[in-house]
Amino acid sequence: MSVDNAYAVELKGVTFKRGARSIFNNVDIRIPRGKVTGIMGPSGCGKTTLLRLMGAQLRPASGEVWVAGQNLPTLSRSDLFDARKHMGVLFQSGALFTDLDVFENVAFPLRVHTQLPEEMIRDIVLMKLQAVGLRGAIELMPDELSGGMKRRVALARAIALDPQILMYDEPFVGQDPIAMGVLVRLIRLLNDALGITSIVVSHDLAETASIADYLYVVGDGQVLGQGTPQELMESDNPRIRQFMKGDPDGPVPFHFPAPDYRADLLGKR
Amino acid sequence: MRRKSLLERIRLFGRSAIDVVAVLGRSCLFLLHALVGRGGIGGGFQLLVKQLYSVGVMSLAIIVVSGVFIGMVLALQGFSILTKYGSEQAVGQMVALTLLRELGPVVTALLFAGRAGSALTAEIGNMKSTEQLSSLEMIGVDPLKYIVAPRLWAGFISLPLLAMIFSVVGIWGGSWVAVDWLGVYEGSFWSNMQNSVSFVDDVLNGVLKSLVFAFVVTWIAVFQGYDCEPTSEGISRATTKTVVYASLAVLGLDFILTALMFGDF
Repeated sequence: MSVDNAYAVELKGVTFKRGARSIFNNVDIRIPRGKVTGIMGPSGCGKTTLLRLMGAQLRPASGEVWVAGQNLPTLSRSDLFDARKHMGVLFQSGALFTDLDVFENVAFPLRVHTQLPEEMIRDIVLMKLQAVGLRGAIELMPDELSGGMKRRVALARAIALDPQILMYDEPFVGQDPIAMGVLVRLIRLLNDALGITSIVVSHDLAETASIADYLYVVGDGQVLGQGTPQELMESDNPRIRQFMKGDPDGPVPFHFPAPDYRADLLGKR
Repeated sequence: MRRKSLLERIRLFGRSAIDVVAVLGRSCLFLLHALVGRGGIGGGFQLLVKQLYSVGVMSLAIIVVSGVFIGMVLALQGFSILTKYGSEQAVGQMVALTLLRELGPVVTALLFAGRAGSALTAEIGNMKSTEQLSSLEMIGVDPLKYIVAPRLWAGFISLPLLAMIFSVVGIWGGSWVAVDWLGVYEGSFWSNMQNSVSFVDDVLNGVLKSLVFAFVVTWIAVFQGYDCEPTSEGISRATTKTVVYASLAVLGLDFILTALMFGDF
């Protein structure tokens, strides 16, 4: 069985559980090749879990995860690591290696996966850091960087090997307005210039909608809706409307399920 | 608090037993993947040297200081007991055999679990909680080969060497107390030791014990770090487990190994 070449990533009937709790239930998601696809949804709905399923860091209870023509959950451990060389992930925390400086962090994938001479590695690292605006920070250690800077260094590291698929986990959290604007443009620019497929997991509606070609809205363990940002803005689905407009009241409750408030206050402990 | 029914207690006991078997299974697979199979990357020797320094060399101070003091105390206690029987000349033999057969491997392993083992657990646990292990995975580098394997090998290599150093400095500390301070004749001290210590039965058996302890302590330490819950509390719990489990394993295994090596039955 193979996948449609128009899609870089395909999740087919994926179910994922944590213990007895079902996080995703028979989910189908197709990420178009060469496009920026946003995966959105309220906090705690499992967006990061979805990203980890796409990177095969988590194994689904059932279903298929096709990336670049390979069903990742069926691969052997070593084949899986080979497959991941073509993916880049920008983690929410940056996940920089704390014992390496900025230069070595970005150079790391090049050192472990290529036999490039030192001069070339240096040139590539400087180019990647220049793209994220941190070429001047090559000698700094991760603990000397702000949260936003860490994420930009992590982005430079994620693109060091020019991956085919780049996944961003909440890239806009904690960025100041200037860095945010640069990052939004950078995601779009990298996608178009390198011809890669970008998957942006975020709950920042405006930023994600401004760069995404296609959006998925997930919640309650399933895909609530999908389409272009414009289509979702005009959706009649009340759950999607609530999310896209940021309404506090609607089908998605603000409160976690709890007993009656009055009874709870007046009742016995 | 509600009293648990008998059935519920049996169920909880069964669940605990299943959990223990699951952890044992996971830890065996973990060890297998870390040490066997392809997937290693270049620069493995450099990674090993780095870990030998942080696991082995950085543990030297506590091992040397503890070894000297334990040797001194052994000589002091041995002298006070043996004097009653007029056998104080045998104090060298007593110090050497105690250190080579038992205290060298055991105390070194306990100190190693407290100093290096807990550090390994905390370091790997912290890497997990800051997504550095996930990051390695997504770069296409197996953290079991890149992070865990060099630490395992460093522990396997360091601990037996540290145990030997412990025994040597302990004997030196014992001679300092017995010969230089308490006035035991130096010739008797060393010749009794030389005559009674067998290279195969005492020295090699001690090294064999420390090899087994090295394997178990390092395995527990790296597995606890890798398997911990990625929160501050989870790392703290894992670090405590490393010291407790490793210490109990060392003491339990020491009894079994001693019975096998020196038991006359």
